[in-house]
Amino acid sequence: MSSIEFRKDLFADERDDTLKEIGKPTIRQDILGHVTGRSPYFDDHLFDGLLHMRCVRSPHHHARIRSIDTSAADRMPGVRRVIRPEDVPNNLNTLLSLINFGKDDEALLQGKKVAYVGEPVVAIIAETERQARDAVAVVRVDYEVLPHVLDVEEALEPNAPVVSETYPNNTFDYHDLYDHQKLRFGDVDKGFAEADHIVEGRYQMSPIEQAPTETCGAIAAPETNNRFVCYTSTQALFFSLGTTAKLLNMPSSQLHFIGGTVGGGFGGKVDSLHEPLAVLGSKLTGAPVKFTFDRAEEMQVGAPRGAERWFIKDGVMNDGRIVARQFTGFFDSGAYTRLSSYAIIKGTGHLPGPYSIPNVASNVYCVYTNRTPATAMRGFGITGVDFSIECHMDKVAETVRMNPIELRILNSYRDGDMKAHRRLAKNTALIECCQVAAGKAKWPISADAAAQSSLQGGGGDRAIIPETVTDQAGRIGERRRSKIPTAPGEGATSKGRVAAGSSVAPIVAVPPQRDDMVIDPSRTGHRKAGAGPAVPPVQATPQAPPRYTPPTPAAPVQTIPSYTPPPAAPVVQPSQPAPAVQPPAPEPYQPSEPFQKGIKRPGVSRFISGTRRR
Amino acid sequence: MLTVETFDTLVQAASAMTPQSRYLGGGTLVMRGVNYGDQSFQRIVRVKDRSLREIRSEGGRIVIGAGATMANVMAASETAFLANVARQVGGPAVRNMATVGGNLFAEHPYGDFTTALLALDATVRLSDGSEQPIESFLSSRSSMRGLVASVSVPRPMGDEFRFRKVSRVKPKGVSVMSIAVWLPRQGGRISQARIAFGAMGATPLRAKSAEQALDGVNLDAQGIERALSVATTGLNPTDDSLASAWYRNEVAPVHLRRVLLGEESR
Amino acid sequence: MVKTPIRFTLNGSETALFVDGGANLLDTLRRGVGDLSPKYGCGQGTCGTCTVLIDGEPHLSCLTLAETAEGRSIETTNGLANGAELHPLQKAFMENFGAQCGYCTPGMLMAAKALLSKNPNPSREEIVEAISGNICRCTGYEPIIDAIMIAAGQLRGRVA
Ligand SMILES: Cc1cc2nc3c(=O)[nH]c(=O)nc-3n(C[C@H](O)[C@H](O)[C@H](O)COP(=O)(O)OP(=O)(O)OC[C@H]3O[C@@H](n4cnc5c(N)ncnc54)[C@H](O)[C@@H]3O)c2cc1C
Ligand code: FES
Ligand code: FES
Repeated sequence: MSSIEFRKDLFADERDDTLKEIGKPTIRQDILGHVTGRSPYFDDHLFDGLLHMRCVRSPHHHARIRSIDTSAADRMPGVRRVIRPEDVPNNLNTLLSLINFGKDDEALLQGKKVAYVGEPVVAIIAETERQARDAVAVVRVDYEVLPHVLDVEEALEPNAPVVSETYPNNTFDYHDLYDHQKLRFGDVDKGFAEADHIVEGRYQMSPIEQAPTETCGAIAAPETNNRFVCYTSTQALFFSLGTTAKLLNMPSSQLHFIGGTVGGGFGGKVDSLHEPLAVLGSKLTGAPVKFTFDRAEEMQVGAPRGAERWFIKDGVMNDGRIVARQFTGFFDSGAYTRLSSYAIIKGTGHLPGPYSIPNVASNVYCVYTNRTPATAMRGFGITGVDFSIECHMDKVAETVRMNPIELRILNSYRDGDMKAHRRLAKNTALIECCQVAAGKAKWPISADAAAQSSLQGGGGDRAIIPETVTDQAGRIGERRRSKIPTAPGEGATSKGRVAAGSSVAPIVAVPPQRDDMVIDPSRTGHRKAGAGPAVPPVQATPQAPPRYTPPTPAAPVQTIPSYTPPPAAPVVQPSQPAPAVQPPAPEPYQPSEPFQKGIKRPGVSRFISGTRRR
Repeated sequence: MLTVETFDTLVQAASAMTPQSRYLGGGTLVMRGVNYGDQSFQRIVRVKDRSLREIRSEGGRIVIGAGATMANVMAASETAFLANVARQVGGPAVRNMATVGGNLFAEHPYGDFTTALLALDATVRLSDGSEQPIESFLSSRSSMRGLVASVSVPRPMGDEFRFRKVSRVKPKGVSVMSIAVWLPRQGGRISQARIAFGAMGATPLRAKSAEQALDGVNLDAQGIERALSVATTGLNPTDDSLASAWYRNEVAPVHLRRVLLGEESR
Repeated sequence: MVKTPIRFTLNGSETALFVDGGANLLDTLRRGVGDLSPKYGCGQGTCGTCTVLIDGEPHLSCLTLAETAEGRSIETTNGLANGAELHPLQKAFMENFGAQCGYCTPGMLMAAKALLSKNPNPSREEIVEAISGNICRCTGYEPIIDAIMIAAGQLRGRVA
């Protein structure tokens, strides 16, 4: 195939090229079905008397349900069954509960409080799809609209609406104890103190819909032996089976799931939204039932790759070596957990990207907002932060006036290096990637950079786990909660489980959250103004750094202008009223003592400093 | 529940229309509504008469049947000057289905063909034989009774008529805007220009200030300057997922300049 | 519910059945006739995976009212192969990585077939135009375009 080039010259001795299949293009085994139109996707199974299911969905970002009136739908032509939230045997689940990760937070049909546009409330089964749609149109749901929050940092403000009562602080609780995922490697403060330059950046990506050509769906039908067969588009057959068994409170031995032929998934078909309802519908009607997204639902309700916001701060030497890198990340999980909490663990293991940096720290928050719940998508947990890291690498290159590809080669990890998650790097290939990419792009790199190899220069001192700062209790700034609050002023159970509220008033996050959540303007380069919906724009450095012009390969970098920090962030003052609590006035960054619990220093991230207690 | 009523002639169909009916042209928009459970109609009215697809010359004008598809327009020699417009509606399959009559009613951001018809000062002929200038037709189309039988347009000379569709995905993307201009010239100078913008309001709209500003000028960078400065006067774009109203207003003069000067767009 | 009888030829065979009011051709072919080769991807004309040929021209079956197919000739991917012998387009898609998940493939094949029957020697640009109404999320299109080029070459060779 024309678009793939195998560079067999690289790492040739790490590979056996006599293999018959590996390393060669292979014709798919299912291709004959594809080109003849006979591959059996879930919808390609014909059943006599197939019924069709459609859902009544929330038109609001956030609303309490006062009542649901389905009486008119019951009387519509062709309607066989109306399924209400109370008809779901065990109407609360979280996707990763099958591996014991996270609290049940999401209903199959929501009867109490909807938390995103499109959340399903009622399911209707009719003889034709059109009849099901017509019946959906006559269901009356009485909503009391609640304030909503659509931005991750706003969701962490003290008075933000509580998106999910399971997580009243709008953050996922790791191990029931921590409100974020933490990584510490070496001492970033020491690194920043040694550095010639501090380079900071804020990066934001939008949710991305996987948009598979086949929309998600399932057909379930009663089988003999009191079993149900379910043909599904799922990417995770046993996940879907287990989830169905749990929500419907039935033994998995009664479920006969058939999948494997998927019309594109890209991560968007793991959420198991359709199988449980299709099986339930089939159980309640005794007939085959099809439940599928139309395209509009796929785009609006289907879980996307979640949005991420990253703040990165690097300490860089004049010669381009990055000596410290600190991350604060916010994953927009949407209204429920699905897979975001897991994506963050994955992402944290990936930090600081494919580079060897002796001092690394990160705090990453899984934040709930009133947006469509997010889920997997190719490389999730990695792609967003990699986008941020690579943008930031260019910014670093501009700061030290260095060829951006050489900067990457210089900082690249090499075989034998210790990664921040304390595993030795092996089979690294970033240097070779950079060299090949530079060649393809006709981007000149120095002879020295071109001579580097992933196989050399790693290990040794670079294989050592550095002394890592701990707090006075010997922990890496760990936060143990004494309790997880529920409603304002209330205590909670040790498990942090909150009975779903029936109170009309929105539950607000507890005040102690506030201090730690104020964005430090000196760190992030922007000041948060008020609790208005608009996120103040990132401060733009007034003079754009000079454009990089690639040097001729041999020319050594001559004088490196000493770093002039960007002028203090011009305070962005949107028209909103000033916030009630102003963050302390920033002082110039003055790294001094090593990390200590409870010490607040201006210029040090509140997210990193670990002073927050509940 | 939906029913389909099929008639032999447009006149019969017109008399069968009720507020609960929807006339089916090529169906590219009507069937979307059907598939997505549009509750605003219960009856689909269709006509079997193939003559609604005819395209022919009549006097100095070209008459295009309401049932003519974009593919029909591209194929007919009479409408060669509109082939470039028809080619920019959807992909090949859409063009085999989408009719000129349906395009007259297509809501934002659709209506590229209608934008061209507006610039050409088309006349819309209804099933009862009455005729209406396209501009007044567009302003009242939502409340219109009766069905459209055909539209007629004059045949523009040489390069007097130009059309450009601005979209993000090429080919086939939906309009950020479309621009059609008719620039009759007298002794080298523009006289009585017509400029129409699609996707810059609820219906295709004329840019009348810009039209006036072109009167009597030469078609060069200097001559059109004033027209560009008032290009968006009277237009009323909205935000949608393709572009914001602000963006549309900002780029409209840029694209208008390219159309007027025959510059390549990128 | 009112059912309307319709008749058409499907891949050369006379076909007759009853349809519901408002039924589209896609559902009619799939659930009514049992030809599952055209796929549902959107029901609104944007994905092209339901593309079928009506009287030789590509149409979106999801937006075609079934009754308007009365008396017409419909072709789908199901009828593309000649018995056990694949159509050159099918072979070319198979051998040149023209499909991954395969869900767009039936529509792509129909769009390509319509192109090649009118234009046996298309340029890459003409192929892009011909499949511009068909979305593929997996392949990145290049292998599909390659496959159509190769099939065109083979078809020309066969005629010569
Ligand atoms: C994938 C896709 C891409 C598209 N891209 C474009 C594009 O690029 N540019 C563009 O302009 N449009 C586009 N469209 C929209 C649409 O296809 C066209 O506007 C088309 O011309 C509509 O014609 P139709 O015959 O299909 O309309 P229909 O769906 O049949 O009808 C549309 C409306 O017009 C009414 N109507 C139709 N004919 C008559 C008549 N004779 N008298 C009275 N009322 C009538 C109908 O009742 C209905 O309300 C696209 C649509 C799709 C699905
Ligand atoms: S299903 Fe017909 S175009 Fe997508
Ligand atoms: S092969 Fe998956 S959509 Fe084209």
